[in-house]
Amino acid sequence: MDRIPILKVGEFLLVSVQVDMHDRLAMTLQDDLTARIVVDGARGVLIDISSLDVVDSFIGRMLGNIAAMSRVLDAQTVVVGMRPAVAITLVELGVALRGIQTALNVDSGMALLRKRVDAAAPSAGS
Amino acid sequence: MDATVGSKLIQILRQNEGRVLTEWVQHQVSADTFREDLVNESELREASRQLLAAIRVALARGNASDIDAAEWADAREVLKTVSATRAKQGFSPSQTAMFVFSLKQPLFSALRAELSRDPEALADALWTTTVLLDKLGLYTTEVYQKSREELITRQQSELLELSTPVVRLWEGVLALPLIGTLDSERTQVVMENLLTKIIDTGAPIAIIDITGVPTVDTLVAQHLLKTVAAARLMGADCIISGIRPQIAQTIVHLGVDLRGVTTKATLADAFAVALERTGAKVVRADVGRSS
Repeated sequence: MDRIPILKVGEFLLVSVQVDMHDRLAMTLQDDLTARIVVDGARGVLIDISSLDVVDSFIGRMLGNIAAMSRVLDAQTVVVGMRPAVAITLVELGVALRGIQTALNVDSGMALLRKRVDAAAPSAGS
Repeated sequence: MDATVGSKLIQILRQNEGRVLTEWVQHQVSADTFREDLVNESELREASRQLLAAIRVALARGNASDIDAAEWADAREVLKTVSATRAKQGFSPSQTAMFVFSLKQPLFSALRAELSRDPEALADALWTTTVLLDKLGLYTTEVYQKSREELITRQQSELLELSTPVVRLWEGVLALPLIGTLDSERTQVVMENLLTKIIDTGAPIAIIDITGVPTVDTLVAQHLLKTVAAARLMGADCIISGIRPQIAQTIVHLGVDLRGVTTKATLADAFAVALERTGAKVVRADVGRSS
């Protein structure tokens, strides 16, 4: 069975969704990612969905869930590269993804993640 | 419709074609509905002659009632051309339909002259002709209507393309000046345009200026909020600007919740915020310093 690779970049995890997400794949990703956050002690997760053409409400909710779970594990989540069609679909479906940070591309997503982790760091460090 | 009436009609048409045509054209020219500013007599005569010939051909093929049949294709074609041209030239529907209806009088007088000795056949022939010409007249009006509708549809789509420019104000700052009423279809186009442009330019801030939107109701507000939400999902921030006092009042009275959205009164204010967020700063050059 195929999996979505999770790459470790410094203290962040990078997930790039290159194939169409079906429900089982999304569930597997959720399992793998939460496990990796704990194992690697990651402080941030960056999910790149620029290759994702089709979403449904389930996938939308999955993204929200992943973000919420990461937050519980003390990691920030940023979703980057959402396509216009996908964004419109999610809005029409009423999936607002309230708790999720978004950015236009991986670059600005990384910058955002860095900023948020740095902002959170002093309280964690002291 | 019986073939005898049809054949009689053909006979009369063939014998009197020249006279019927002349009378018909005269009729059209002298009628109140004639538009000498838009059409000249020779054109009219040519179109009339074509239609008359086409009617005769169709009748000769033995069909005097069903103008949707293949026999009437030529006549329909002539009518379509005349009607479409007139629709474009700005004729009114009745002025267009008169082209066919004014044929009644010359045709009827020809029939009366031919069949005066046989009242029953005359009545039959008159009825057949009336029904036929009415159908042709209605067909003309239909085509007229259709060409007008095509015109409107085309203009609508042209307007749709024209009305949604996304402009780049600064590096990383886009602006979308909305002008005119927002309906669902337009909002869809606007939304897609803006989001595509955000992807293309990688701009993290977009200003939606609604100075040119005359009214904001719940639906329009809904559309705006959707656009802002979609842009946010993609990682861009939207600022809504150009909110006039009345519109601010309407929004509050309607109970529309704009709390999650940055709103500014003017485009200039919104631009200042956008510059601040991108880290740019505008400083007035001190001109008087040299003294």
